Amino acid sequence: MPLFDIPIQVLMGQLMLGLINGSFYAVLSLGLAIIFGLLNIINFAHGAQYMLGAFVALLAFNRLGMNYWVALIVAPLVVGALGVVIERTMLRRLYQLDHLYGLLLTFGLSLILEGLFKNYFGVSGESYPVPEGHAGGVNLGFMFLPIYRGWVIVASLVVCLAAWYVIERTSLGATLRAATQRPDLVQALGINVPVLVTATYAAGTALAAFAGVLAAPVVQVNPVMGSNLIIVVFAVVVIGGMGSIAGAILTGLGLGLVEGLTKVVYPEASAVVIFVIMIFVLLFRPAGLFGKQA
Amino acid sequence: MSTVTSTPPATAPASGNRHLMAWGIALLLGLAAPWLIYPTFLMKVLCFALFACAFNLLLGYAGLLSFGHAAFFGGAAYIGASLAKDHGLSPELAILGATAFAAALGALFGWLAIRRSGIYLTMITLALAQLVFFLALQMPFTGGENGLQGVPRGRLFGLIDLNDNTAMYYFVFAVFVLGYWLIQRTVHSPYGQVLKAIRENEPRAISLGYDVNRHKLLAFVLSAGLSGTAGALKALVFQLATLTDVHWHMSGQVVLMSLIGGVGTLFGPAVGALVIVTLENELADKVGSWVMVIMGAIFVACVLAFRRGVVGELLALRGRRAPDE
Repeated sequence: MPLFDIPIQVLMGQLMLGLINGSFYAVLSLGLAIIFGLLNIINFAHGAQYMLGAFVALLAFNRLGMNYWVALIVAPLVVGALGVVIERTMLRRLYQLDHLYGLLLTFGLSLILEGLFKNYFGVSGESYPVPEGHAGGVNLGFMFLPIYRGWVIVASLVVCLAAWYVIERTSLGATLRAATQRPDLVQALGINVPVLVTATYAAGTALAAFAGVLAAPVVQVNPVMGSNLIIVVFAVVVIGGMGSIAGAILTGLGLGLVEGLTKVVYPEASAVVIFVIMIFVLLFRPAGLFGKQA
Repeated sequence: MSTVTSTPPATAPASGNRHLMAWGIALLLGLAAPWLIYPTFLMKVLCFALFACAFNLLLGYAGLLSFGHAAFFGGAAYIGASLAKDHGLSPELAILGATAFAAALGALFGWLAIRRSGIYLTMITLALAQLVFFLALQMPFTGGENGLQGVPRGRLFGLIDLNDNTAMYYFVFAVFVLGYWLIQRTVHSPYGQVLKAIRENEPRAISLGYDVNRHKLLAFVLSAGLSGTAGALKALVFQLATLTDVHWHMSGQVVLMSLIGGVGTLFGPAVGALVIVTLENELADKVGSWVMVIMGAIFVACVLAFRRGVVGELLALRGRRAPDE
């Protein structure tokens, strides 16, 4: 059953890849949205922290023989701990200033991280083996599904939904949302807002690291993997708007699919299709698909 | 960035003489410089100084942080190089053409980006610049990964041979002075005052009846056009336009130059350009790829502890000594 003379297997394969990219967009833009909600800064280092997560997994595997499932827990903890340090020692000093300074600071941090890893590992990178039991694939009849890729999508969705649930449906999430609106009032009610802020930044960066570990077996782990991705994620955030958590997730997944589809129909445009969509969204719905006008 | 700086007072009559003197000294220094320092290095500094000053027109005076200025700089470098090389235009026409291109691109970027404000605007400019980067990578005339090489410097007005480094230097110097003068005039004009008002308090500027978006858009066009001039000039000096010029690192670098020199000061970004280009030249052979880490560290240090920049700190010092000036 060809569509535009494209075999269905090729189409499904590319849509699958698109969905995987979309999962990373979703997890990363979710992290950005959570951090932005409370700290009011755009975490430019998000891409670098994603890269860091992948490298922690890779190094722990090469040097310590740490297995993938442990790395999936450890890498976010390591990067989250780094996030705590960054927030406590640097970001904290900038809250009283223009929000652009937070962006500039985290941009500097991302240069440092990327530069350090470039020095030690070059730019070509290494590949991370697919975890045992997840190699190979299953034939679904209309397409061949590599098991690991299926797992990436499922794991991302579960994490996104869990984050959505925590923020929208629990009392912790209610506190968080309240602190986003009126930090001063929440503080007055006896909640330690500075600790909440630190924890939020750490959680956001841990999400980035989690995506990094998920990505490690499907992409080449290299120092620039984050910076290439983060610019696209920024466009995703502009398209979706950072007003809603569910919006960030849906936009990420949807744009991944569109990108995958473009690879089949018109491959030359696949690198830029998200930016082009961003332009159209700015023209017709400047606040973003799910956004409130800032 | 309203919290950054107190900008120096617009030229008051009393300080007019002093101002003229500063211009005179700077001009003399600029004219004498190629006899003392390697001209190619100076030309690089001047190109980036013009780029940074143009960028700062937007950040320092309109309060708009663009992370996409590499598109104007690098895009104009490609256009200028192509006009001179493939179409055989004289250098002054190539630069004018590239400037017009960059200004048009700036109008387009601005038109899209000012629909949102703050960090959204920054992200939009970054994404649009990445679009330009991919175009530069894929379009046939740009030479892909190799870039445009062997761009002829040509003869200025058909008379002066720019292959002579000293002649080229004086041409670059003249363009820089012209560009800087234009920026200074803009900042000190009524239009520049409105721009500052928008930076400080946008709702108020709107309620006073100013068409804020039109002012912002014009700032975008001016800043982009002059960035393009700098890019085309750089392409002629080094006879080369490459992907480095349109890469987002370039956008980051020009932000860093403004930050080091002093956002919202007129001459600060030029000082920042001098610092960064010198650092790059000095460090490149010694530490190699550590340059990126060092740049990042400078970025962090500037944001945390040195937000006024070199020139901003100097002005603040002077302000403390003579508060009634």
